[in-house]
Amino acid sequence: MNATGAPAVAFDRVSRTFGEVRAVDDVSFRVEDGEFFSMLGPSGSGKTTCLRLIAGFEQPSSGHIQVHGVNVGGVPPYRRDVNTVFQDYALFPHMNVGENVEYGLMIRKVPKAERRRQAEEMLAMVKLDGLYARRPGQLSGGQRQRVALARALINRPRVLLLDEPLGALDLKLRETMQAEIKAIQRHLGITFVYVTHDQGEALAMSDRLAVFNQGRIEQIGAPAEVYDHPASVFVAGFVGQTNLLDGYLAQRIGGFPATFSIRPERIRVAGEEGGFGFDIASIHGRIAAITYLGATSRLNVQVDGGELIVVEPNVDGGVAPPDRVVGAEVRLTIDRKHIQAVTDAS
Amino acid sequence: MTTAAALPREDSFLQRLSTSLYLRPRLLLLMLLGPPLLWLGVIYLGSLFALLAQSFFAVDEFSGVVVQEFSLANWTGFVTNPANGDIVLRTFLMALVVTIAAALIAFPVAYYMVRFAGIRTKAVMYLGVMLPLWSSYLVRVYSWKLILAKEGIVSWVMAQLHLTWLLDAALATPVVGGPSLSTSYIGTFLVFTYIWLPFMILPVVAALERVPGSVIEASGDLGADPGQTFRKVIFPLAFPGVVAGSIFTFSLTLGDYIIPGIIGSSTPFLGQAVYSQQGVAGNIPLAAAFTVVPIVIMGIYLTLAKRLGAFDAL
Repeated sequence: MNATGAPAVAFDRVSRTFGEVRAVDDVSFRVEDGEFFSMLGPSGSGKTTCLRLIAGFEQPSSGHIQVHGVNVGGVPPYRRDVNTVFQDYALFPHMNVGENVEYGLMIRKVPKAERRRQAEEMLAMVKLDGLYARRPGQLSGGQRQRVALARALINRPRVLLLDEPLGALDLKLRETMQAEIKAIQRHLGITFVYVTHDQGEALAMSDRLAVFNQGRIEQIGAPAEVYDHPASVFVAGFVGQTNLLDGYLAQRIGGFPATFSIRPERIRVAGEEGGFGFDIASIHGRIAAITYLGATSRLNVQVDGGELIVVEPNVDGGVAPPDRVVGAEVRLTIDRKHIQAVTDAS
Repeated sequence: MTTAAALPREDSFLQRLSTSLYLRPRLLLLMLLGPPLLWLGVIYLGSLFALLAQSFFAVDEFSGVVVQEFSLANWTGFVTNPANGDIVLRTFLMALVVTIAAALIAFPVAYYMVRFAGIRTKAVMYLGVMLPLWSSYLVRVYSWKLILAKEGIVSWVMAQLHLTWLLDAALATPVVGGPSLSTSYIGTFLVFTYIWLPFMILPVVAALERVPGSVIEASGDLGADPGQTFRKVIFPLAFPGVVAGSIFTFSLTLGDYIIPGIIGSSTPFLGQAVYSQQGVAGNIPLAAAFTVVPIVIMGIYLTLAKRLGAFDAL
């Protein structure tokens, strides 16, 4: 039934409308088998609806969805070979941790002893050994997250869907869980489709990511590709920080009238002597504000026609060069390969 | 060179009182809870226990005066009279059947209200469920008498549908049947179920509201078809609501003395027995003994419900 070599998930011109709202608007993409694929976007951009379309909780208004080469139109969630980790974990409150994890096996009438063995194995994988008999209500947010992960993985799905799984966790725990989820994905070798609004998370975890905006995909690519070569103004602004130039300043730095994106860390504060050449754009300015950010400092530099944000590492034990003071005149240089023309499609 | 900033002064008595209560939350709690607890303890429970104590008194057979001495004579008389056993059994079975019927009707209604109805439909349904509670109980019971009477609406509708034979067959059923719906146990059952239904629907709605949609989706996602999801997830989570509702329908049916007096065969129910012993016969001890029965039954019922795990998910 499964065509070999088919992508894990394929959307072919899929739309999903809710009344007047086009939540997903003519979207096509493919997720390769074994890939960690993120769907990144602000809330209401259609990423979660896409996930729910794969899971089967929603049916497309038009277009086709294939999972491992099989058209899943009209197939209910319980007959799909995909499992979901829900944003609110959705653990069954009337069952203990073990029963939650075993649920999929219980439904498939796997014998009790075998269920228990597999559940313990899954709990060990998510580092929850010994919590089999606990109630979900007795667990911390991070532990619940792990139970949800174990429960979704016990059916050995070919595609695992994760809907903002780390959204409710604090920063430190989120970073730990990112690494663990990534490690589990590598270990199992199955396809992960990961929905998040956190661009840092998407960059850190994904093999490829799709940036969603207003029901459409603005760009699909590897993290570095999307970050360094944003296809649109929206992507440049949503993935990482950026300087968006247009009008006079764009003409002045980019050399032709267009909209440009320059990442703040690509701009150098150069002395008067260094950093000349055909490949280098340079502009004079005055430091309007300095913000200390720990590992880096952010400079707001007033230039002719606008303001540029520059981020530079704090390398010398926090001792800034003498000209890094508010009001100082500085010369900024930018390698032209980092000046990225972007379309203003949306 | 800083001058100490002065805190705003507390001048009035009320301000000082607020502060002193704010600093003594236990005192505040005592002040808030004390009066209602006293009311509950003394007036409500006190009178109940006084009544129960009376069941250990007895009526002097000649004078009809209550003898205020501890005696088991009242209880012996109560237990040995087989007619009393019939009353208890009749009332218990009626309460049981009414509760089951109310649960069976309430669940789909509640499920529709919570899972499918839009905001407007839901509001209309809430109103529909609550509205009967705002009108007179007696008016509703008497209107059912008209509906169920021999020449009433039900028999007319049945005749129009050429289903009179069905109605006759139902009324010909031994024990529960009778000359007409309004003078049979079927009638009593219908009216009980109608009157107490809101008390079942509302707790079930509340229980279903607490089941997150994502939990139901998760069950389907893990391979459970809708039937399995209902049995394994939705029903167990809504079960405490059904139990809560059944506590209402069951105990209200056990204690009611008006409905069986107006609609049904003339055989007495528990509430009627209490009423007649206390009001008409003046036999307070026997009335008190009858009162103990539903309390004991409810006690057993709640223990069973707890065993069933009905309160686990609360």
